[in-house]
Amino acid sequence: MKIAREMASVILLVALVVWSLLPVYNMLLIALDPDEGDIEFEGIVWPPDPSLHSFHTVLTQGYWLVADVWRQFGHSAFIGVMTMVVTVVVGSLVSFALGRLRLGEHWMLTNAPLVTYAVPASFLVIPFSRLMATYGLANSLWAIIAANVTFATPYAILILQQYGSLIPIELDEAARVDGASPLQRYRLNYLPLMAPALAAVGTFALLLAWNEYVYQYVLLSSTRNMTVAVAIAQFFNTDEAPWNYMMALAILYSLPPIVIFYALRRYIASGLMRGAIKG
Amino acid sequence: MFLAFVVYPVGYGLWMARDPSLYRELLANPFYAQAVVNTLLFVALGVNLKLFGALLLSGFFMRRRWWIRAFLPVFMLPWALPAIPAFVSFHWMLIGEEGLVNSLLAKLFGVQGPLWLTNHRLALGANIVADVWKWLPFWTLTFFAARMAIPQEIYEAAEVDGASGSRRFAHVVLPLLGNLYLVCTLLCTLWTVGDFTTVAFVSEGAPAYSTDVLATLGMHYAFNAAQPSLGVAIALSALPALIPITVVLMRVVETRQVRL
Repeated sequence: MKIAREMASVILLVALVVWSLLPVYNMLLIALDPDEGDIEFEGIVWPPDPSLHSFHTVLTQGYWLVADVWRQFGHSAFIGVMTMVVTVVVGSLVSFALGRLRLGEHWMLTNAPLVTYAVPASFLVIPFSRLMATYGLANSLWAIIAANVTFATPYAILILQQYGSLIPIELDEAARVDGASPLQRYRLNYLPLMAPALAAVGTFALLLAWNEYVYQYVLLSSTRNMTVAVAIAQFFNTDEAPWNYMMALAILYSLPPIVIFYALRRYIASGLMRGAIKG
Repeated sequence: MFLAFVVYPVGYGLWMARDPSLYRELLANPFYAQAVVNTLLFVALGVNLKLFGALLLSGFFMRRRWWIRAFLPVFMLPWALPAIPAFVSFHWMLIGEEGLVNSLLAKLFGVQGPLWLTNHRLALGANIVADVWKWLPFWTLTFFAARMAIPQEIYEAAEVDGASGSRRFAHVVLPLLGNLYLVCTLLCTLWTVGDFTTVAFVSEGAPAYSTDVLATLGMHYAFNAAQPSLGVAIALSALPALIPITVVLMRVVETRQVRL
């Protein structure tokens, strides 16, 4: 009975590992192929003729579709980092105002940020792109950051509010009696205590920016302003098919968020965890 | 910020799509009807598979075996992997006869796999599977965090009282996670309706726009067919369904004191 349970666990675990890694394996298989990535699985796990040629080509910008790769990486990184920073700043300020200063008591107000999710981001991209033109932000990375922050903040505020409600309000009252201004309470009380939740929310915003495609595609039309996500999709629009280059680019694009995610993993878990249940 | 980047674009969108004849045109359009059905299937199946799977898996990862916990980071990988590379890879696994899935079927089982992306049902299924693959870890982690926060004493008390695994689940875990599950379902529904990338890259709407959802069909009309107003109308036609969900979500978050 006990052994059967353990066996079932092992089987489930193996299935989960295969399920999680199969698409990644497929990416590696194609990227490591020296010849256009036109590869067929031959029944052996290790690729028959692995070569780092495609990674070399992408990193040295040695093909016209990857000619601006470093620039594009810069753009993606800028968008990702700024989305993360602005979301954390805006999210923490709003949740501080709502939760600690008690500006709003009504459910319409405290949960107003969630209204944003009534209209999914991808539905708004057309009017949004026209408006950005009138704001003078067409073809600007800031337009993307604005869109990302808009759709990352409501979730961020939700998480931060719930985490923040665990910090006793007496702490704020004590600080206020001691003459601390709201800004001081925000900086000295709120931010340090909220650190794990802020890390969780920041990672969420970063991953959102890195997942995002449709705004970058619509708003950044010129090759020079393109991001890596759009550059990957560009491969589909040509007749030539250097799929090994595309997959190598896709793998390189995947590395930064994976590294950051695993570096911050402990904080993410505890950030989500503390506020999880009021028993 | 909320005004400039949400309210104003929505208002502008409504203004762009104000002509009632657009909606008559949509109702007569077979692609639109198909996209509505696809969206409903994509959301209904996708959301429930993701959340129910996440609920069960979070329980699995709670088991106190170091080798199970050790694999949690591996299982988190799909969430950390960006959407475009992941979905491009899914597309490549399924395309033609030399895709990885069909190669595996042929080599391991000697089966000739179907052409996944030229069959309407299989392509729709592929979109759903890819979407579940990408987002299952996120929801699993959410439920895992919630389960970790359940005081250990409650489990122990249940154990002392003789509650077995399934009864512990029904009488301890479910009542405590019920509200959270509801909030996650609503949130996940809103996010899945707006999902553009999955369908745009896994099936690309193929075959012949038959797997397009509202988000991709709207973009298709706006950019490839140069009918932006129609594209906006397609997207906005989902609002009558989305607004009530959002209101319920706001109410539930407030009144039930749910915690994520």
